[in-house]
Amino acid sequence: MSELTSLTLKAALDGLSEKKFSSVELTKAHVAAVEQARALNAYVLETPEKALDMAAASDVRRARGEAGALDGAPLGIKDLFCTEGVRSTACSNILGSFVPTYESTVTSNLWRDGAVMLGKLNMDEFAMGSSNETSAFGPVVNPWRREGSNAQLTPGGSSGGSAAAVAAGLCLGATATDTGGSIRQPAAFTGTVGIKPTYGRCSRWGVVAFASSLDQAGPIARTVEDAAILLTSMAGHDPKDSTSLAVETPDFAAFVGKSVKGLRVGIPKEYRVDGMPPEIEALWEKGIAWLKEAGCEIVEVSLPHTKYALPTYYIVAPAEASSNLARYDGMRYGLRVDGANLTETYEKSRAEGFGAEVKRRILIGTYVLSAGYYDAYYLKAQKVRRRIADDFDQAFQKVDALLTPTAPSAAFGLGENSDDPIAMYLNDIFTVTVNLAGLPGMSLPAGVDANGLPLGLQLIGRALDEGTLFSLGGALEKAADFKAQPKRWW
Amino acid sequence: MAIDAATVRKVARLARIEEAEDRLETLAKELSGILNWIEQLNEVNTDGVEPMSSTEACKLPMRDDVVTDGGDPARVLANAPKSVSNFFVVPKVVE
Repeated sequence: MSELTSLTLKAALDGLSEKKFSSVELTKAHVAAVEQARALNAYVLETPEKALDMAAASDVRRARGEAGALDGAPLGIKDLFCTEGVRSTACSNILGSFVPTYESTVTSNLWRDGAVMLGKLNMDEFAMGSSNETSAFGPVVNPWRREGSNAQLTPGGSSGGSAAAVAAGLCLGATATDTGGSIRQPAAFTGTVGIKPTYGRCSRWGVVAFASSLDQAGPIARTVEDAAILLTSMAGHDPKDSTSLAVETPDFAAFVGKSVKGLRVGIPKEYRVDGMPPEIEALWEKGIAWLKEAGCEIVEVSLPHTKYALPTYYIVAPAEASSNLARYDGMRYGLRVDGANLTETYEKSRAEGFGAEVKRRILIGTYVLSAGYYDAYYLKAQKVRRRIADDFDQAFQKVDALLTPTAPSAAFGLGENSDDPIAMYLNDIFTVTVNLAGLPGMSLPAGVDANGLPLGLQLIGRALDEGTLFSLGGALEKAADFKAQPKRWW
Repeated sequence: MAIDAATVRKVARLARIEEAEDRLETLAKELSGILNWIEQLNEVNTDGVEPMSSTEACKLPMRDDVVTDGGDPARVLANAPKSVSNFFVVPKVVE
């Protein structure tokens, strides 16, 4: 990493405002870093010309004294966000050459505040996956490697490109999305910070839909403060998304560094699962000790329905996906493969356009919604979902936030889990509950395992209480003093 | 519950996804594995529990029923696989 690409977003914004460097210089350094890092496969589309145009325009604004909150900062955008005039595919062949004629609300907000787009980031197809291996563009390679090994590791998924790009210095921050853990698990696997805000904080308008009652956008960044700065810009009420909450967006960065003394933090006992590596258990204990030292009160809590969250998710999410993905019919946009009649054209277009995991989930979703099975599966899952949400409600009567590990392992090797769908799904065991309940969840790097790979801790908060997560995250970040960096091999 | 190849064929048809005959058995096995794992939900007592379809307590907002966008066929058709003079071209549906 050059000096400019290893800055935090906050330091870069300060440097721009102090005229230490221009946005064009900062952007050029990132464009060069992106070009040199193609072995990581983090970007599926590089937009260097657009980036330099946006950077030049930013420098003009700054000279006039009209700089916005993110002015001149080069960012990467997950390919799930529609970007006007720039190919947006959700990393699926069915949207192979789709060029939106509109801009997602979240990215519009970033451009409104002056950010610069470096390109589109790789991800699991339609955000369905935990290792980036379902992408039509091939997997992202984690910039981190085990010490003394050249084995290629996954950066996690689905926002693997976002996490890898932030970890490798290929952008100052990135947009991501999280339906069952897709911001937090990749953040944990790459030593970065990711937050999935409360459902409804960020508009879903212009974000390719996967499971609409669970999907939420959020940032991946290098520090808790950077994540706060990005989320403040991304969030906000949007009349174009009927589930967007009509609430004020606080200045989240103002919560970072605030005292956490007297906050009550719950430790859910059901998150101590069998087979959890002792290093993760030990890191969790460290996190508890750090929060105690910072003046928090630690309380054991129970979330009795935790073990049912994943099976609930694997009914609710595929059911919603099967409905959402019905739009890919080869008629109005996307891939069309002609058949002998209309039905055959639909069937061939979708057979060729969707990858194996997406098809598997559409079939599961279609099955659980079909006549005769709706009550046994879908309705049952919706009821268990309520019980999972009720568990959190009860816990939050006693505590202000919860602390858990983010993922049950460190980054694993590409190809290691791809033969067994359920083994892959278990990656989200600690993160998926939060999506079902609509709560905010943050992952931050807190240590490394015996192989030198980063491990993350997760903070879970009350609905709309991201502020407390940023304060607690800031305190944990300070105590953990995580300084490890991936050794550059690309 | 185990599902068989015939059920997979039916579900694939409902989902409008062409699946080769020689893939149906493999898919049936995969999907049965996932469904068997999901069946642990039956352990949970959900008597009298209201199904949850949204995490938001508030009602969907209402707005005036007025046109807010449109009148731009070129943008609408920009990504169409086939189009002719401001129309999508689709396969013949009615003989």
